[in-house]
Amino acid sequence: MSDALIEIRDVSHTFQTKGGPLKVLDRLDITVSEGGFCAVVGPSGCGKSTLTRLIAGLMIPDAGEVWLHGERVRGPRSTVGMAFQNPVLLEWRTILKNVLLPLEIVPSKLSRKEAEDRARFLLSLVGLEGFEDKKPSELSGGMRQRASLCRALIHQPEVLILDEPFGALDAFTREDLWQTMHQVKEREPFTGVLITHDLRESIFLADQVVVMSGRPAHAQFTLEVGETGPRDLDHLYTAEAAEMLNVLRHQIEIAQGRAPAEATGPDGGERGEDVPAPPPGSAAQGVA
Amino acid sequence: MAYVPAPITRPGDAASGAGRRVLDRLTSRAVVAPIAAVIVFCLVWEALVWANGWPDYVMASPSDLPPAFAQYWELFLVMGWQTLWRTVVGLIVAVIVGVALGMMMGFSRTMRDALYPLLVGFNAIPKATVVPIVALLFVGAHDFNTILIAFMISFFPIAVSVSIGLSTLEPEYRDILRSLGASQTTIFWKIALPKTLPEFFGALKVAVTLAFIGTNLMEIVSPHGRGLGALFDSGKTNSDYPLMFAVLIALAVLGILLYYIVVALEKVFAGWAERTPH
Repeated sequence: MSDALIEIRDVSHTFQTKGGPLKVLDRLDITVSEGGFCAVVGPSGCGKSTLTRLIAGLMIPDAGEVWLHGERVRGPRSTVGMAFQNPVLLEWRTILKNVLLPLEIVPSKLSRKEAEDRARFLLSLVGLEGFEDKKPSELSGGMRQRASLCRALIHQPEVLILDEPFGALDAFTREDLWQTMHQVKEREPFTGVLITHDLRESIFLADQVVVMSGRPAHAQFTLEVGETGPRDLDHLYTAEAAEMLNVLRHQIEIAQGRAPAEATGPDGGERGEDVPAPPPGSAAQGVA
Repeated sequence: MAYVPAPITRPGDAASGAGRRVLDRLTSRAVVAPIAAVIVFCLVWEALVWANGWPDYVMASPSDLPPAFAQYWELFLVMGWQTLWRTVVGLIVAVIVGVALGMMMGFSRTMRDALYPLLVGFNAIPKATVVPIVALLFVGAHDFNTILIAFMISFFPIAVSVSIGLSTLEPEYRDILRSLGASQTTIFWKIALPKTLPEFFGALKVAVTLAFIGTNLMEIVSPHGRGLGALFDSGKTNSDYPLMFAVLIALAVLGILLYYIVVALEKVFAGWAERTPH
C-alpha cells in the first residue's frame, strides 16, 4: 500500500519483569493510511500503551518493524506529537509557553513571532483564546487537555498519538472534545492513532477501529467505520452505530476470553441474536 | 463560551498614590499581627520574671537585654557576621553536595540502593557527638570546622528531597520531550529541575535552620571559637547572664532572617507551586 503512513509489521515484544518474561505483543500488524485516524481498543493491559511507545520510537520492538512514512523507526523522531490521559502541562509556564515547548526541542523554521502566532491560532481552534497567559492550575481538566492537544500539534507532526486523552474527563466535556478533535483535524491534518476504552469514542472519531486481543496481543479484528472526517453526535444514536458498537463489544468479549474465539461473525456467540447483519455501508471484517 | 474576567478597578486608586499604599501596607494585618505578638510575648516574659522575683542568673528579663546589646554591640556585629557567613557557606556547600547526591539517587536506581542506607546511617548520628571529633581533627581551623558541621548537618534533607522529586517524575513528562528527541540533559533542565524546585525549597527551609544549629554547636564547643556561639560561651564563663540571653535573641533574629531569605527565594523560583484558593 503506497499511501500507508504508519505500518506496524509483525511486531512482537516481551518485557522482562520481576515475575519473569511477559509477552505483550505477538505478531501485531496495523496499517494506517496517510490522513487516516485509527482507534485501538482492547482489554486492559493488552499492550496498547506499548504500541504508542513503539510508534513514537520510545521503544524498539524485539521482533518486527515499525515504519513511519516509508522510514523504519529506530528512535524518537520529531514528526510525532503525543497527548496522554494526564495532560502533563508544566505548571510554572503559561499556557502559551507550554504549547511552545516542543519548538524548543525540534528545529523549526518559524521565527519566534510566527511560532507564537501559530500557538495562539491553535489555542483559538480548541476554544482557549484569552487563556494564553494563564497558568495550567487556573484551568479546568478539559481545558488543560485542550492545551495539551495544542502542544502536541505545534510542530506540525505527521502523526498524532493520543493515549486515552479523554479518559479522565466527564461525559459532556468528552463529547465536546470529540467535536473539537474533528475541527482540529480539518484545519491541521494529521494521521491519528487513538488508544481508548470508549467504543463510542472510537467510532465517532476514527475511520478504522482495531480490536487488540488479550495478552500477548495481535490485531484480532478491524472495523472500517465507513466514514472519514467530521460527523454529527447524532450519528452515535443511529442503528448503524448501534450495530457497530455491538460488533466491537462482542470482539472485546472475545479478546477478554469471555466469548468463544471462533465466533467472530455476528451470528455466532451467546448474544448473537441481537446483533444484526452488517449493512453494506460499513464493511466489518474479521481478521482472525 | 470562554470565561473572561472583567478588569478589577479599585475606586480612588489614582488619587491616593504611593504614600497611601505604604500606609495601607504598614497597617495591614500581615505587619501588625506579628509585631503585636512579639510585644505581648515580651510583656509576659517581663511580668513572669518580675512576679517571681527571679534574679539575672536564673532568667534575664527583656529589659536587661538592651543594656547588654548596648555594651557589646560591636562584638554582636562582628560575631553575628561570622556566624552568618559561615552558616551561609555551609548551606551553599550542602546545597551543592545535596543536589548532586539527590540527582545521582534520583536518576539511578543502583545509586539509590547503594547510597540510601549510608546516608540514613550518617544522618542518624547526632551531630553533637561529631562536633568534638571535628574540633580535635582540625584543631584551630575554626572557619573550616564550623562550615563542615553546618554542611554535615544540613545536606541530608536536600539530598532526599531532590532524589524523591526526580524519581517521582511522571513518565509522561519525560516522554513528551523524549519523543521529540530531547536529550537527558534537556529533560533535566526543562522539566525535572523546575518540577523538583518546590520540594527543594521545602527541604531548604529545614536545612537553613539545621545549618544554623550546626554553626552554633561548633562555635560553642570549639575552644577560642568565633561567632555568636563563642560570645554565648564567654557570657557563660563570665556569669554574664543578660549577655547569654541577648545572644539567644540575636540568634533568633539571624535565624528568622535566614529563613525568610529562603522563603523569598522560594517565592521567586517556585512561586508557581503556591495555589491560591478559588
